[in-house]
Amino acid sequence: MKKHSVDLTVNGREASLLVEPRQSLADALRGELGLTGSHLGCEHGVCGACTIIVDGDPVRGCLMLAVQAQGADVVTVEGVSPKVGLSEIQAALREFHGLQCGFCTPGMVVVLHHLFSENPRPSEAEIREAISGQLCRCTGYQGIMNAAKAVAARHQSKNV
Amino acid sequence: MKPAPFDYFAPTTLEEALGLLKQYGSDARVIAGGQSLVPMLALRLARPEVIVDLNRVAALAGIAEDGESLRIGAMTRQARALASPLVHEKLPLLRHGLENVGHPPTRARGTLGGSIAHADPAAETPMVMLAYRATMVLAGGAGERAVPADEFTLGTFDTCIAEGEILKEIVVEVRPDEGTGFFELSRRRGDFAMASAAARMRLDAAGTCIEAHLMIGAVAPVPLRCDAVAEALVGAIPTEVRIREAVRLIDLDAFEFDNPEISLAYRRHIAPVLARRALMQAASRAGDLRQ
Repeated sequence: MKKHSVDLTVNGREASLLVEPRQSLADALRGELGLTGSHLGCEHGVCGACTIIVDGDPVRGCLMLAVQAQGADVVTVEGVSPKVGLSEIQAALREFHGLQCGFCTPGMVVVLHHLFSENPRPSEAEIREAISGQLCRCTGYQGIMNAAKAVAARHQSKNV
Repeated sequence: MKPAPFDYFAPTTLEEALGLLKQYGSDARVIAGGQSLVPMLALRLARPEVIVDLNRVAALAGIAEDGESLRIGAMTRQARALASPLVHEKLPLLRHGLENVGHPPTRARGTLGGSIAHADPAAETPMVMLAYRATMVLAGGAGERAVPADEFTLGTFDTCIAEGEILKEIVVEVRPDEGTGFFELSRRRGDFAMASAAARMRLDAAGTCIEAHLMIGAVAPVPLRCDAVAEALVGAIPTEVRIREAVRLIDLDAFEFDNPEISLAYRRHIAPVLARRALMQAASRAGDLRQ
């Protein structure tokens, strides 16, 4: 099958891919660009560990073909993490035990980053809706909720 | 969990897309948002030779007013429709249905037309369009044809879209004087429904029901239209007692789905409950309109 060249922006930088049409965007980001932060769990859209931001919206990286990303602006978990240390959300997840094995964490970080960038002080219901598509088999979600609620409360007290 | 190889085309016009479908015939599959087809590719339940991607056909996306109707382009994203002020104002049942479709990341890519053409028996959007008695506009090599929602879905994952045709848009007549209700039960938010119910109702000045519609989803290959329930309510004041009586007329013998995790008996138990709630909500909202 013919390979397709795809030009896109990943984490603010221009990138080119040469991919088979069947290759998922998440696979291409990991395999072609070495961005292994996005985790592939189920590879059919159920677990959410591969969630990335495409043109401003969080999407399943395994349910988008890499060839469909021509011209797209893609942000991965690497793109929402500081070069050194942890982001506010990542630090809160650590503080509140929002992860155990960490497999789901990249997807959680991406959807929470998107939520807080659009809505700095989300309600509990809005946090639950934002992470509703992300499976975590370790925490029972309570630590994740506590971390996100703490970030929202800090934004509230600092009037972010 | 990798799809079998296929060739890929990304046309930018409907004509180009139809040309590719004509050229490749039954080897070709159209991809819309990909939230159902890509899992089917990954599981190799679908192995098309050619994928024709509609995501670059800009003319297929968007929601527009057309007289008393809304025309919804098949490639309109579920998230865009859910956030659309036009949908909020004019098609509340669609909005309430879409709130139950998947999760934010799947709604960001998933499309209305894709969900309707996929025809999952538990999907919300096809049932909502049945409740609205919407019209599906199909484009093909020989031109366009309009198909009523009742004739569109033929069974599980089966519609009347013929080889070489593309679902172009959905036309929904707006009824500003009606109330609507939607309820479904699923294990977790965003999961497929174990049963679902969509209702529409109009009341006259005295509060008497003059028109009612009820659909039950996720119990049979095609959502069930419950005309007997609707007929029992027309001419009556839709009190809770009346609605409780009317939902007894749901044809439970038409329910088919029976799985180890969700039994037929359970579906028969919960569907009338959901139907009652949807009808109560529709009646209440229709009543609010009269204030």
